[in-house]
Amino acid sequence: MTYWVEEEEKKVHGKVYIIKDRCKQCGFCIEFCPQGVLQQSEEFNAKGYHPPKLVETDEKKCVGCGFCQMICPDFAIFVEKEEENEERD
Amino acid sequence: MEIEARANPMDKYLRADRIPHIWCSGCGLGIVLNAFLHAIEELNIDLDKLAVVSGIGCTGRIAGYINTDSYHTTHGRAIPFATGLKLANPEMKVVVISGDGDLFAIGGNHFIHAARRNIDITVIGVNNYNYGMTGGQLGPTTPLGARTTTSPYGNIEHPFNLCHVAHAAGAVYVARWTVLHAIRLKNSIKEALNKRGFSFIEVIAACPTTYGRRNKMPDALDEMRFYREHSVIKHGIDPSQANIEIGKEIVVGKFVDIEKPTFNEAVEELKKKVKKK
Repeated sequence: MTYWVEEEEKKVHGKVYIIKDRCKQCGFCIEFCPQGVLQQSEEFNAKGYHPPKLVETDEKKCVGCGFCQMICPDFAIFVEKEEENEERD
Repeated sequence: MEIEARANPMDKYLRADRIPHIWCSGCGLGIVLNAFLHAIEELNIDLDKLAVVSGIGCTGRIAGYINTDSYHTTHGRAIPFATGLKLANPEMKVVVISGDGDLFAIGGNHFIHAARRNIDITVIGVNNYNYGMTGGQLGPTTPLGARTTTSPYGNIEHPFNLCHVAHAAGAVYVARWTVLHAIRLKNSIKEALNKRGFSFIEVIAACPTTYGRRNKMPDALDEMRFYREHSVIKHGIDPSQANIEIGKEIVVGKFVDIEKPTFNEAVEELKKKVKKK
């Protein structure tokens, strides 16, 4: 029988990359992000749309599930997972 | 965590110079293309052994964006083209990605007979309930009562249930997903690509520009929220129970997964039989 051991838990975070000029402001990534990491920005891209930006409150909020990448129709967003090692050392 | 502009990892499968694509903001076709690219990446398919065929329509553009052997055929004739491709190159994976108008209106006959013969191809049919590219006319998949440019008082024609058509015609793999189920759609495409025989996936996609705004869903987000609230996953049910009606739930899932000898196998068997005599 195994128990949940807190030390063995690896915290995985995602690093979000946004290609602003591809965005068409459909809002899927903002609406369907399970963690609510993204919000609409005030800036314009070359086509006049508002690309998303990260919510600044918590930098480690993204868990790297990659759903924004799957749901983006314009190949404008992708996520790279990164493991967090500093806290455990 | 920071934002920088870098190449999307999917760009290696795309003709990246053609991106951003011409589809409207919020169009579901980009998600279908994205799911397909993720599926071929996860299966690690050799791009030299993959051919994508599409017909005419907004969905037909998909063949132009994928950086593999891809063919943009005449209207409705994607499946006959793919049939020839598969029979001449049996080791190749042939995928047809096309819209409901192309596959089921002008190309309906070809779909039925390819499924009947059990040609070993994968068909991804994107259903957006209308003829999107030509201005949102009534098509064979428009639900009863839906308003389009040619049915301003509501549609009076009974629509096709595409999954039921595919099942009745003899397809060995039939599934339906909406574009909101992007990850399940990707997994389903992976299964279909590995399936021997005629596999069909219906993808319900948002068309905010021509369908949604005439049917009280003016925004692509409204359509996606509708899918989230109204789609129910029921694996293995009889596709005849999965009709699409306005205001009713959209039944999604994997409906059919059976084994049957394919056309290629039947040809090989016949060859052996004839040589013996």
